[in-house]
Amino acid sequence: MFGLEFPPINELLRWKDIFPTFNKVALIACLAALIGIMLFLLASRKDPMKAPKGSRNLAEVTVEFIEESIVMQTIGKSGLKWTPFLLSLFIFIFLCNIPEVFPIFQMPATARIAIPLSLALLVWVTYIGTGIKHQGMGYFGHLLWPPGVPTGLKPLVGVIEFFSTIIVTPFSLTVRLMANMMAGHILLVTFALLTEALLTAETKQLFLVPMSILPFFMLIFLTAFEILVAFLQAYIFAMLAAVYINNSTAGHAEEH
Amino acid sequence: MEAISALVAQTTPADAKNTSAALGAGFAYGIAAIGPGIGIGYLVGKSVEAMARQPEAAGMVRTTMFLGIAFTEALALIGFVVFILLKFA
Repeated sequence: MFGLEFPPINELLRWKDIFPTFNKVALIACLAALIGIMLFLLASRKDPMKAPKGSRNLAEVTVEFIEESIVMQTIGKSGLKWTPFLLSLFIFIFLCNIPEVFPIFQMPATARIAIPLSLALLVWVTYIGTGIKHQGMGYFGHLLWPPGVPTGLKPLVGVIEFFSTIIVTPFSLTVRLMANMMAGHILLVTFALLTEALLTAETKQLFLVPMSILPFFMLIFLTAFEILVAFLQAYIFAMLAAVYINNSTAGHAEEH
Repeated sequence: MEAISALVAQTTPADAKNTSAALGAGFAYGIAAIGPGIGIGYLVGKSVEAMARQPEAAGMVRTTMFLGIAFTEALALIGFVVFILLKFA
């Protein structure tokens, strides 16, 4: 409309297949998994030195971060056995998110719904499984009717609780991660295109060229902001997973 | 508003559909952003107040704050998804 040609959405979010059924998003996801595994394999080597360094240092910082600011804050000491699960979730999501600002890649793998959806379903299965393991089939009773609900309200509360735990929870986990990363990606594309359009403006509108500095600064600022978002979304996903797992085990703790 | 309806009336059905989809998409996201905007502002404001009153509880308040933001923000993000669906689908 204003001389800014915005590419169709499929060009932004879908890449040409590298070979059939394998595109750039899949490549990023595979790389994220490989880098995560390599990092922690390197860190787990037997190390004769007393002071850890390199990848081991990084791994220790990450594990400590998960333990102290996710597990201890939500589940408490009994939840420390969940650290490996939450750590893998966090690392994988972060490594999928961060190519958003990484040159050459410039695309978060989590902006397509497949990865967030499968991760959310994994968390869904995990917390329902934990509930059944801890409370038996009574878990579903607790799920539908939290203790202390008056009998008259039971049908209403049951329906609401069923929808919120079984359907809304995985849906909101998925959409939160996907929409955040897609919004960030489209925002970056918009300002990059605006900079380019102003730089290559026609000669009779020469005053437009120096103006391209404005969207360029915005682009730099947004890139920094997206690094923060990439970290924050991985953190929030892992933390919500911990909260849901804790909710599944909580009934058990109250009974004893 | 008259200009917009004239624009819609004058064009072919496909163009009219695109125009109203773009209009609807803009309004959908704009309205969806109001509630979460107020909500997150209130939430973070109260959290800062709590952290200022009791700095030793800052860690716990921050965790709860992020949880609350995540739940509130979901509404705005669903609005954004509706925007994308209306505009491009």
